[in-house]
Amino acid sequence: MVAQSEIESTLRAALPKLARIEIEDQSSGCGENYSVLIVSDDFEGLITIKRHRLVNEILRKQIAEMHAFSQRTLTVKQYEAMKKAGTL
Amino acid sequence: MSFRTAARIALAPRRTLASTFLSNPSLCRRFLSTEHRKAIDDAVHQHPLVLFMKGTPDQPQCGFSRAVCQILDVQGVPQDKIKSFNVLEDEDLRTGIKEYSEWPTVPQLYVNGEFVGGCDIVLSMHQNGELEELLAKNGLAAPLPEQAK
Repeated sequence: MVAQSEIESTLRAALPKLARIEIEDQSSGCGENYSVLIVSDDFEGLITIKRHRLVNEILRKQIAEMHAFSQRTLTVKQYEAMKKAGTL
Repeated sequence: MSFRTAARIALAPRRTLASTFLSNPSLCRRFLSTEHRKAIDDAVHQHPLVLFMKGTPDQPQCGFSRAVCQILDVQGVPQDKIKSFNVLEDEDLRTGIKEYSEWPTVPQLYVNGEFVGGCDIVLSMHQNGELEELLAKNGLAAPLPEQAK
């Protein structure tokens, strides 16, 4: 069982440029299945797999305790563009 | 040949643990044996496309594994080109594959020995066209004709 607040605080502490975070508990409350949208310019210049590896590393302890973890990692610019285009 | 068999007969290690793995003491709780590492390494290099998943392509036992299979199908990868390993049938493989790739989740897709990603990455590559390019480049699926794009 991993608390949503723990995921958020861990990411906030590790990503100084974190602009937006949306955490969705898809496990109907048991805390084992999260989907996370992370918007941060810390991802600037990193290809997707490197961004995911970065997040996996930050949340290593938490992910190990979950059944499923899904992530999307965007820069602020990408997020704004996708929001505008309605493809978010 | 099963993973266990491959692991038993494998002799020499080919890769050392990545430096990041060693630099963080909290990550050293369990080391992948050289035999298992070699077995996984051989498997991903012997087949052009390898998928470590829960269940089989015909009967996936997890939504994320199912999604990757469906994407490969939509991309036109023939079934016989997909070499899949069911991690639910082999606990050593289930934990070993995560250490091999330093990636915490299953499914995991490999193309010609290179780790491509898990479900999230495969899906985003499918959406932005990178997957089609990668598969075509490696002869795993025919590229779409221009007008069909």
